Amino acid sequence: MAKLIATREAYGDTLKALGDENKDIVVLDADLSKSTKTSVFAKAHPDRFFNIGIAEQNLMGTAAGLAAAGKIPFASTFAMFATGRAYEQVRNSIAYPKLNVKIAATHAGLTVGEDGASHQAVEDISLMRTIPNMTVIVPADARETEQAVRFAAQYVGPVYLRLGRMGVPAVFGENYKFELGKAALLADGRDVTLMACGVMVSKAREAADILTEKGISARVLNISSIKPIDTEAIICAAQQTGAIVTCEEHNIIGGLGSAVAEVVVEHCPVPMQRVGVQDSFGESGTPNDLLKKYHLLTEDIVEAVLQVIKRK
Amino acid sequence: MSKLLTPEQVTGLKKHAAAIRHNIIEMITKANSGHPGGSLSATDILTVLYFAEMKVDPTEPRQAGRDRFVLSKGHAAPALYATLAERGYFPVEELLTLRQINSRMQGHPSMKDTPGVDMSTGSLGQGLSAANGMALAAKLDNKDNRVFALLGDGELEEGQIWEAAMLAAHYGLDNLTIFVDFNGLQIDGEIEKVMSPLPIAEKWRAFGWNVLEIDGHDLEAIFAAIQSAKQVKGQPTVIVAKTVKGKGVCDMENVADWHGKAPSPEQCQAYLAELDACEI
Repeated sequence: MAKLIATREAYGDTLKALGDENKDIVVLDADLSKSTKTSVFAKAHPDRFFNIGIAEQNLMGTAAGLAAAGKIPFASTFAMFATGRAYEQVRNSIAYPKLNVKIAATHAGLTVGEDGASHQAVEDISLMRTIPNMTVIVPADARETEQAVRFAAQYVGPVYLRLGRMGVPAVFGENYKFELGKAALLADGRDVTLMACGVMVSKAREAADILTEKGISARVLNISSIKPIDTEAIICAAQQTGAIVTCEEHNIIGGLGSAVAEVVVEHCPVPMQRVGVQDSFGESGTPNDLLKKYHLLTEDIVEAVLQVIKRK
Repeated sequence: MSKLLTPEQVTGLKKHAAAIRHNIIEMITKANSGHPGGSLSATDILTVLYFAEMKVDPTEPRQAGRDRFVLSKGHAAPALYATLAERGYFPVEELLTLRQINSRMQGHPSMKDTPGVDMSTGSLGQGLSAANGMALAAKLDNKDNRVFALLGDGELEEGQIWEAAMLAAHYGLDNLTIFVDFNGLQIDGEIEKVMSPLPIAEKWRAFGWNVLEIDGHDLEAIFAAIQSAKQVKGQPTVIVAKTVKGKGVCDMENVADWHGKAPSPEQCQAYLAELDACEI
């Protein structure tokens, strides 16, 4: 089996490297630095690391002030607290004044696992993408995380990076370059397009292979840039393949599926199916048991394709 | 406390404060909405900050090494705008566009819109965190610029204030000086009756701050307190400023109803006359 690396691991390593390169980069955490991996940066650059304690609202507000004074703050905690607990601080203290804060939230989605529903953010993409001025990125693997973190550091303005706890297989090679607002074509196809983000990208690719065996040709797009979204690639996929299945470890309300549907209904309505959390909270369990119970496996994507194709 | 300002300086400050109060009433009346009570209670503090203390340049509002000010009680925006206009950041006439469409004078401070506004605020409880960030940045850069913030007393009911209070003391932010505009009233009435944040000074002391208590309308006391705060090392300072909500307009003084209500044009004329008649 291929080596699995959590996107949070890649985040910590990239952050440390960025810290070596740019002294304006500062990092804030809310007592979860060992989990979010900002501890890697903290060890290398203790003078530029601020533990805010268990106070996420103050975490976001302090980051806003540092950005107002010219720093490039990365603020990290779990996605639940970054986008839920501190939603209004993110909106009013960061996004409204368009301050240069990078919110790198880890432990997003059900794959937090055993901690259960209180810690499993399945609404964060929705909450963040509805805020004006906010950019939302969901990297699929370690390589893309490194690219996205580097992009965030040089982009001026607020960015939400959604990162995971669970190890994920590599999707991209060494030469992959992340581009804001661009979907990455992972496999081409004619009959349907799978649009996935985060942990679901590798599963969408597996699904495409299974579908090939069934005589269905599936295009696979990695949509890591949820906002801005690649309108052109989505319209093109709708026109050329005539059916879309979105795959996300997030509530089907408000996340990737909704973002894609918004583009599709306005430009080129085609049958769509959304694989994701079906508007429910999660629960305790291993990540894989959760993905199975909440229908986020490769076989669930295959099943969704079989259904959506009937509606073409 | 020894006199740190000359009589001429005090007279000059009083004139600025009078002009600011005049403009607050005029702009809120024109807007037919806004918050006069807490704007008038904060006026003297803002006057001392912008005319006697802060290193700022109205011709270069974004200069990196400037002192910064965060109006955490953002609803006192009219007082901030009137102060900035009086200080020369933008024409005084622009104040009359307050709260109107396409205006740079937003209902609550917006740093993207108004020259001289260092932080967007308005949702209570958030300003001190931002001021902390600014103070941390100055420390990181070994800069000697200072950060000031003004908080409402009712605002102390917000939990985030105390998260931020902990942080400023924890990181020893002695380049941060904040004021609590202790006028004793919030929208629904007396702070003690709505949800008492009292005792205020003791709370900040317990959170590790250097605490000063003054009359928030005594210009010399305000200036002296700021100078005293600058001498303190390793600790942030809070100046608990006892003030009168609606200060300067008899009708408005100590009346919670004037928290967020505009005077009628007739009232405005009377209030302006009252303010302008004040001897300096």
